[in-house]
Amino acid sequence: MLEKKLYTVIIFSENTVGLLNQITIIFTRRQLNIETLSVSPSAISGIHKFTITTYADENMIEKVVKQIDKRVDILKAYYNTDEDLVFQEIALYKLSTERFLKMGTVEELIRKYNVRVLEMNETCVVLEKSGHYDETQNLFKELSETIGVLQFIRSGRIAITKSPVERLSDMLANMERVLLEKKTDDGKK
Amino acid sequence: MKQQITGSEALLKSLIAEGVDTIFGYPGGAVIPVYDQLYDYKEQLKHVLVRHEQCATHAAQGYARVSGKVGVALVTSGPGATNTLTGIADAMIDSTPLVVITGQVASPLLGTDAFQEIDVIGITLPITKWAYQVRKPEDIAWAVSRAFYIASTGRPGPVVLDIAKDAQVGMVDFEYQKADYIRSYQPEPEIRMEGIQEAAKLINEAKKPFCLVGQGVILAGAEEELTEFLSKNDIPAGCTTLGLSALPTDFPLNKGMLGMHGNVGPNRKTNECDVLIAVGMRFDDRVTGDLSTYAKQAKVVHLDIDDSEIGKNVPVDVRVLGNAKKTLPLITALLETRKRAEWNEAFESDAQEEYEKVIEKELFPTDGCLKMGEVIRKISEATNNEAVLVTDVGQNQMMGVRYFKYKQTRSVVTSGGLGTMGFGLPAAIGAKMGAPERTVCLFTGDGGLQMTIQELGTIMQEQLNVKIILLNNNFLGMVRQWQELFFQDRYSATVMKNPNFVMIAKAYGIASREVQKREELDEAIHEMLEHDGPYLLMANVEEKGLVYPMIPAGATITNILMGD
Repeated sequence: MLEKKLYTVIIFSENTVGLLNQITIIFTRRQLNIETLSVSPSAISGIHKFTITTYADENMIEKVVKQIDKRVDILKAYYNTDEDLVFQEIALYKLSTERFLKMGTVEELIRKYNVRVLEMNETCVVLEKSGHYDETQNLFKELSETIGVLQFIRSGRIAITKSPVERLSDMLANMERVLLEKKTDDGKK
Repeated sequence: MKQQITGSEALLKSLIAEGVDTIFGYPGGAVIPVYDQLYDYKEQLKHVLVRHEQCATHAAQGYARVSGKVGVALVTSGPGATNTLTGIADAMIDSTPLVVITGQVASPLLGTDAFQEIDVIGITLPITKWAYQVRKPEDIAWAVSRAFYIASTGRPGPVVLDIAKDAQVGMVDFEYQKADYIRSYQPEPEIRMEGIQEAAKLINEAKKPFCLVGQGVILAGAEEELTEFLSKNDIPAGCTTLGLSALPTDFPLNKGMLGMHGNVGPNRKTNECDVLIAVGMRFDDRVTGDLSTYAKQAKVVHLDIDDSEIGKNVPVDVRVLGNAKKTLPLITALLETRKRAEWNEAFESDAQEEYEKVIEKELFPTDGCLKMGEVIRKISEATNNEAVLVTDVGQNQMMGVRYFKYKQTRSVVTSGGLGTMGFGLPAAIGAKMGAPERTVCLFTGDGGLQMTIQELGTIMQEQLNVKIILLNNNFLGMVRQWQELFFQDRYSATVMKNPNFVMIAKAYGIASREVQKREELDEAIHEMLEHDGPYLLMANVEEKGLVYPMIPAGATITNILMGD
């Protein structure tokens, strides 16, 4: 049995209703848990980008990605390991203002964790930290153990490949060429 | 100025523009506007009224499988739609092009648990190539053109169009343009010449190459290309159940069927060959058995149009992604002309062993009850081996595909991947509509027939000349076989008390007779085939017949059972 590790699946799709469902059922059927999920419009208008992380072995993730890629509305699906990617998550922490101020180490905390203060009012403070899972988790741990965290939320991973190949634009260029060839062929007929 | 028409009329005009002439369907509340319009299009669109929506999809499958065209089913919302699921799932796993049109409640009612509302898209997504809900009449032509393009290109499959009632009754300017491009969908992958060259090199260097022929060959229309490929390099081949009839039965390089109840030679040689070439097949577990002992000695070359199939179950040495109609000739061009007499003759001893241990007893018994195999082979021969074979699922299916013979392609209609009991009778209706000039012989069992027996009504209404051969053993035979072989004869829920099927057929006005004596069999077959119209021949076969050879599930070729 191959070793399980964390894979990041990056999917480009048309922006149609029900796409998330089409993708998640492929994970469900193989009993794979989705660890994180992030969906947003991509750089190209009308195309959405999904970033999904999941623990799997390479054999499994390869099959899952092929099944996703096969769906009609999916432009392209890929998988990567952490080494191939620059990735980030963002976390928000809601704290009690009173306890936050009493802590007396606000400057130290902000410098150590590179934290931003998004909001501060009489009752609460909202901090923002971006980073890898371990980094946002460490801050959560420290705050929980010291002054307590009222609310905590972490986003799904977003990621960009380090490789020089721009997969989406190459793929779109290729599809444009196919269309052009088709039109030329039709013209000849 | 263009004349505005209703969405329903736009739907029918779109179907006609796609070359549809036959629809299998069943009306209901959410699709009445379409049926109303159909009343005016009776001349162009033949509607076959089935007796249950499941059978609309199975009939459309039968139609598609014999004709190569897209099968069309039309049903209402809610239960009409849910009843089609088995057929849609069956078409998905067997790569059958279908467009299933379901009516839907009016769009303002969507999501309100309205009468006969169901989330058709949600429940069909896992079993369709594409599923789309149409809420506006303007989208109908666009959606139909995409549906037919997606269903019929690449690896074919079922598509569902769920059309809300307001889209059916709304007015629209109709203009139809056939789809031939979808940005996110590349039906035919580009062919990599490296793969072609590597494949040809492996085959040229091989001492014992063996080819596995799947339905992909038929779907690609690559039967001739396959024959040239095999003939040039003298490569023996075995067919999957759905690949049967891609090669004529008596083609010398066709060594028979693969898999659990397949022929001994092809199964043994899979584990003896040095290069295994799979064309348009997906290494189903019923073909491979235990993967850890399957063809381990061989280099594997896999030709398929679907990238997700290559390497899915069996590790592959050379991937040849593409349409087999194009990839096969490219490889053939690089092959040396060879004669592999010794390797081809090596199949003879296996065939001889199988004949002595299994086939002879099944086809030429001298006493006792009728055998399934002898009935099937006699009927095949009585049609000059030119008929379309339709089967249900179970012993009738495995006996059918083993003992029927094929002269031309698209001669087998059977539920391969899903193994759907009840498939046979409706599929035979579709097959006859799709190939009206051919004799259609359905082999079914007493179990499967009763799952969709109401379709005798459709046959009666359409006066369809379908020959129904009921291999009646008063058992759910295949499960009984497993109970006998693996569960100590504990016949749990497999004994069937049956009605008088001959009288049922007569109630439907279908000619029928019973046969149980060997001396009467030839005459009964003659009567059935000579009869101008539908006919049900009930053959009372031995109760505890067994399909051999059998490689038990998850086992390997050395565990083969021959009943000796």
